[in-house]
Amino acid sequence: MAVEQELKIELGKQGVFVTTIEELYNWGRRNSVWPMQFGLACCAIEMIATTMARYDLARFGAEVFRPSPRQADLMIISGTVTKKMAPQVVRLYNQMAEPKYVIAMGACAISGGPFKQGYNVLKGIDRYIPVDVHIPGCPPRPEALLQAFITLQKKIDEQSLTGENRPRHLDAEAQGEFPVPEQGEHDLVPPSNPGVWPVQIK
Amino acid sequence: MEEHGVALKTVEEIKAAIEAAVPGARVTMVPNASPSGQHSLLLEPAHALAVAKFLRDDAELALDFLSNVTGVDWLDKEITEKVKVTKQVPKEVDGPDGKQVQMVDETVEEQRKHVEPGYLEAVYHFFSMKKKSAAAEPVVLRMRTKNRTDQVELPSFTPIWRSADFQEREIFDLYGIVFTGHPDLRRLLMWEGFKDHPMRKDYVEPDDFEYEPTAHDKVLQRATEHKSRE
Repeated sequence: MAVEQELKIELGKQGVFVTTIEELYNWGRRNSVWPMQFGLACCAIEMIATTMARYDLARFGAEVFRPSPRQADLMIISGTVTKKMAPQVVRLYNQMAEPKYVIAMGACAISGGPFKQGYNVLKGIDRYIPVDVHIPGCPPRPEALLQAFITLQKKIDEQSLTGENRPRHLDAEAQGEFPVPEQGEHDLVPPSNPGVWPVQIK
Repeated sequence: MEEHGVALKTVEEIKAAIEAAVPGARVTMVPNASPSGQHSLLLEPAHALAVAKFLRDDAELALDFLSNVTGVDWLDKEITEKVKVTKQVPKEVDGPDGKQVQMVDETVEEQRKHVEPGYLEAVYHFFSMKKKSAAAEPVVLRMRTKNRTDQVELPSFTPIWRSADFQEREIFDLYGIVFTGHPDLRRLLMWEGFKDHPMRKDYVEPDDFEYEPTAHDKVLQRATEHKSRE
């Protein structure tokens, strides 16, 4: 049950702190998102710039880039996903522990970008894994990545722990593993995961 | 004293030097009509390795730096020619005893078509570090396969210039030229198990088209084809 905002402020003035488990839980989750340390192309340079002193992603609690998917909560797809690389990206995503989130960074990661008409670039990573935030740009500026990260934090904050929209890790039925595409004779097999693509617009 | 940075031997001189040094080697000059006039030399695969060794080790040429290797796909060319043909045609001629049929020569213009078979080509660019020829033009060598389908072998230059290694692998991957004598001929960019050669002109791309807001030209054509299949 949510606490009324005014009552909360009033109680706060009296030195009483009131919250809900949900609020506390999401507050903790959103302020220590550990991204996975991997980059795919030039967008990775912007991602690195975002983590350094000038833009300082640490202000939002995401400075701990983990070199292992087992310890990461957030996958930033920073750059072109080639068809040769796509199975590895999906496999890394599968290896991440729940709760896990994905930011598709840049034109290539969201749609194939300038390589969209080519034969060897995946036309958006959202063909195989669910993406939480898409950022356009070629490459997006660090501010754009910060914006995406804040958007993701808001998304985490708004997740209720029960009911239909509860996060995947609290839903025993939900599946967290996504089929890894095979590298076939002419193309990836299957060309997309019908469970996540096309993206449903709510 | 040795001069630096000057143009070294001309293409004709290199051709003559190769033919003098490697017995039996036939080198054809492929002229380039563009303003750059960058003529190249076409080698026969049979003598290519001996020629390559000579070019690298010769004191005057010393082509010790292989800067670039690339491929070209030449499709079958249909050539239409107009040929004058003389044929014997029956004709009625006034003879001594009335009209007679006689065979008469007649020249007719005929259109003839023949197909020039296509081939795959590997192009190598060389410089000499020893001679400091980097400012000069590269020496360009070409080799051609017998056809585009089953006889696609060319000798590898990797044993002579290590820098050919990855570039020949890339050509093997994208054009399908098989370099014999290459120490590690695997696909470089596409995955193992991939069957096509994407840089060939008759390559058919996978149909993974999706919505384009401003489709035009080839993209529009692809979009229409994709829609018709749905």
